[in-house]
Amino acid sequence: MKDQTYLDRESNLTPGISKISAKNVNVYYDDVQALKDVSVEIEKNAVTSFIGPSGCGKSTFLRCLNRMNDTIDICKVTGQILLEGEDIYDPKIDPVQLRAKVGMVFQKPNPFPKSVYDNIAYGPKIHGLANTKSDLDEIVEKSLRRAAIWDEVKDRLSSPATGLSGGQQQRICIARAIATSPDILLMDEPCSALDPIATAQVEELIDELRENFCVVIVTHSMQQAARVSKKTAFFHLGSLVEFGDTEKIFTNPNDPRTESYITGRIG
Amino acid sequence: MTETFHTNSLFNISDKTKNRNAAERRFRMYGILAISIGLLMLLVLATTIILRGTSAFQQTFITLEVDLLESKLDKKGNRNIDDIKKVSTFGYSPILVNAMKQALEKHEISTSLKKKALGGIISKSAPSQIRDFVLEDVNRIGQTVVFKFLVNGWIDGYIKGRYSRESVANSKFASAEQFDLIDQLLEVGVVEKKFNFDFIFGADASDQRPEAAGIGVAMVGSFYLMLVVLVLSLPLGVAASIYLEEFAKQNVFTDIIEVTISNLAAVPSIVFGILGLAVFINYMHLPQSTPIVGGLVLTLMTLPTIIISTRASLKSVPPSIRDAALGLGASKMQTVFHHVLPLAAPGILTGTIIGMAQALGESAPLLLIGMIGYVATNMPNTISEGLLSPNSAMPAQIYEWAKRADPAFIERAWGGIIILLIFLLTMNTMAVILRRRFERRW
Repeated sequence: MKDQTYLDRESNLTPGISKISAKNVNVYYDDVQALKDVSVEIEKNAVTSFIGPSGCGKSTFLRCLNRMNDTIDICKVTGQILLEGEDIYDPKIDPVQLRAKVGMVFQKPNPFPKSVYDNIAYGPKIHGLANTKSDLDEIVEKSLRRAAIWDEVKDRLSSPATGLSGGQQQRICIARAIATSPDILLMDEPCSALDPIATAQVEELIDELRENFCVVIVTHSMQQAARVSKKTAFFHLGSLVEFGDTEKIFTNPNDPRTESYITGRIG
Repeated sequence: MTETFHTNSLFNISDKTKNRNAAERRFRMYGILAISIGLLMLLVLATTIILRGTSAFQQTFITLEVDLLESKLDKKGNRNIDDIKKVSTFGYSPILVNAMKQALEKHEISTSLKKKALGGIISKSAPSQIRDFVLEDVNRIGQTVVFKFLVNGWIDGYIKGRYSRESVANSKFASAEQFDLIDQLLEVGVVEKKFNFDFIFGADASDQRPEAAGIGVAMVGSFYLMLVVLVLSLPLGVAASIYLEEFAKQNVFTDIIEVTISNLAAVPSIVFGILGLAVFINYMHLPQSTPIVGGLVLTLMTLPTIIISTRASLKSVPPSIRDAALGLGASKMQTVFHHVLPLAAPGILTGTIIGMAQALGESAPLLLIGMIGYVATNMPNTISEGLLSPNSAMPAQIYEWAKRADPAFIERAWGGIIILLIFLLTMNTMAVILRRRFERRW
């Protein structure tokens, strides 16, 4: 492996507070390279956002972080992604266990066609987080409260989650993801299917979640990235162009491509 | 270009638009025509089946008081069952003719018919009916008992309008005099046409007794077939589909399997029949004509249908549901069994029922493995040995009847088709209802 490049890159990173560190990640779909040499350090208890034009690889990279790309047969990942120092692509790692630790919220709200309660309770059930019914009830309530949707659904826990509005469904999905107490929460454009009011609610929620989780969010909206995140990564054509403090990226970017994107000239 | 295109008022319809609209109208007409032709054919089919088949459900019966004469049935008079058993059904014919004569006297009907022709009015199954009754309890000898017998198929055919006096002029099976007599008996109520439950629940009968033939035993055979098919093809088919759809990697090997399965679904059923004959009977030496072999052959035939429909319904489950479950840390198997399978279940169920309905109506492979067993015992004797005793199946029985010479059997073939169609319609309706009921939206 190219140890030399690792050392070079590590020199400008801040070890100790990073939760995930990705080094030279390349992703191929068959022969097409979707990600080129991406290296990122993601901090704990902070929100990191990935921005960039469509097809730039930001979602692909997010899906590498909990190995969701494994489900795509033609997808091949090289490089190294360390979660608290452990290589998650090590053959000895079970992706199922990893995904319990790294929760995910998807672009389109995708509640199970079951009751609200069953949606939230499913994760804790399969991971054996609750021994008794009352434990489970407590987890469900806690998760729904943290996702700021408890008041709206507390009287209809047994009605189907698919009957709720889009914004409510997405918050149910967030509650479902945090019910398994993951360390990291990945969000893939969680607000793209929501109206401004629901978006505001979810953003508020992300801000609260930051205290307990390491949140990584992919977004199309630069305003959203500016509002919710501490760090921002800008992807373009499969490579990571710039990564740094959100404020710096939006006010004084180093790379001309970042500036063009932020100001609306490309993308 | 834009100028010339848009210069006219919207009220002036351009030639191009006119052509387009005409084409659309023509296409609609073709569609309506196609549907009308289809409906017309269906109507013709349904009417033909109903017109020809319903008469099989009715049969002419004759009610007679029979003297169980000791002088004919138990000459020694000691009620020894072994001696009484020596009297064959042939020995019962005279008492039947006697009973007939008594009935005629009672109603003051005179006839020129000889003994044989008189007895010929009654079905050939009548003597054994009396014999069975006597052998059940030998002390019945000497009593006078009221029996209800089937009327001979030819006479029954006259009452149903199949034969006329002219058409039997040269026949050795029936005569105009018999028809005269039957008209008179019909008038006094000795003979009557009634619903015949034995057609639905009874066993097949020999060539001479079409009036006694029923489809009941074949129905039991079909039931066993379906049991074998369901038990084998549902778990095998669903397991194979889940593996192929959810677990197997896409490569040349799975592609070959996929093509093979699609091809198998299109293989003519008779090929499965000859395969069953070669493998299950000649090589594995499973008993011939039995539902187990028939079921195995039909399973081979049904499996591709079930696999294809199951895979289609698994495919129709949105990937977002799989992502959601996997993202929560569920294993592949948990994802499939907790989320994908319940959502695909209505589709799987429908596919299975339709596959089973196909198998239920299949006759060609059954003919090849000899599942046209002639079982003459009535229920429940026939169902005791179940899967390993020779039997028939409904479509095979229908084929068997249609092939016999006597038109009375053809009538029964049509009647059998009605029963088969009722089963198929019930199954298909069930499929639709189940799908409606369990369909969940997401």
